[in-house]
Amino acid sequence: MKFGILVNEGPYTHQASDTAYQFARAALAKGHEIYRVFFYHDGVNNATRLTVPPQDDRNIVKRWSELAAAHKLDLVVCIAAAQRRGLMDKSEAKRNAKDADNIAPGFRISGLGQLIEAGIQADRLVVFGD
Amino acid sequence: MTEEGAGGAAKRFLYVNRRAPYGSIYALESLEVVLIGAAFEQDVSLAFIGDGVYQLVKGQDTKALEVKNFSPAFRALEDYDVTKLYVEKEALEARGLSEADLVVPVQVVGAERMAEIMEAQDVILDF
Repeated sequence: MKFGILVNEGPYTHQASDTAYQFARAALAKGHEIYRVFFYHDGVNNATRLTVPPQDDRNIVKRWSELAAAHKLDLVVCIAAAQRRGLMDKSEAKRNAKDADNIAPGFRISGLGQLIEAGIQADRLVVFGD
Repeated sequence: MTEEGAGGAAKRFLYVNRRAPYGSIYALESLEVVLIGAAFEQDVSLAFIGDGVYQLVKGQDTKALEVKNFSPAFRALEDYDVTKLYVEKEALEARGLSEADLVVPVQVVGAERMAEIMEAQDVILDF
């Protein structure tokens, strides 16, 4: 089956991102396809490479990046939600005259249309939120 | 999941609004998805349950909160061909509201009918 995943909460405060990650990993292990993972609301904070959790804790951002690299996942961060919350890639930082960017490997910034498209293309769109 | 949905015909999208309009950003960002999504020519419905019914209440004044009152945007939905707005009857009644208190025409439905509406969807986005 082809899944789309929507993550609506940031890392650590809520379990949503953890559960979405576990779901994605389990689905891939069973041979299913993940069409796209879309990050919205505070979920965009899952994409900051500047996160530094304690060493004995899981690294939620790094885990997403590694899963994306291993399975060629499409991790998409909503641009409007990202701009509100200070998530930038290089080109967005330049366009908005900011002095830094912070997006983690494997993530890309794009529009809400990518979420709708995931709903259209996937057999199931699974929402992880609070 | 219907075969038509997978084959390219319009899918049934339902946006479920269950939170108050202010206090968190979910309601506003939900509306942003609806407005963007309208361009994709899918079969779109909106549901308002629980505190979500407050999003549609007339006469919202957010001046003291220093946030934007976005309730007028619900009136623009018609221009985007988004006309199926379902409001949970029990949620209205529990809050002392009626259809006359709302900024746009809606269909007031009981919780059981709302469950059937949800059952009939291809994609449910819950905010």
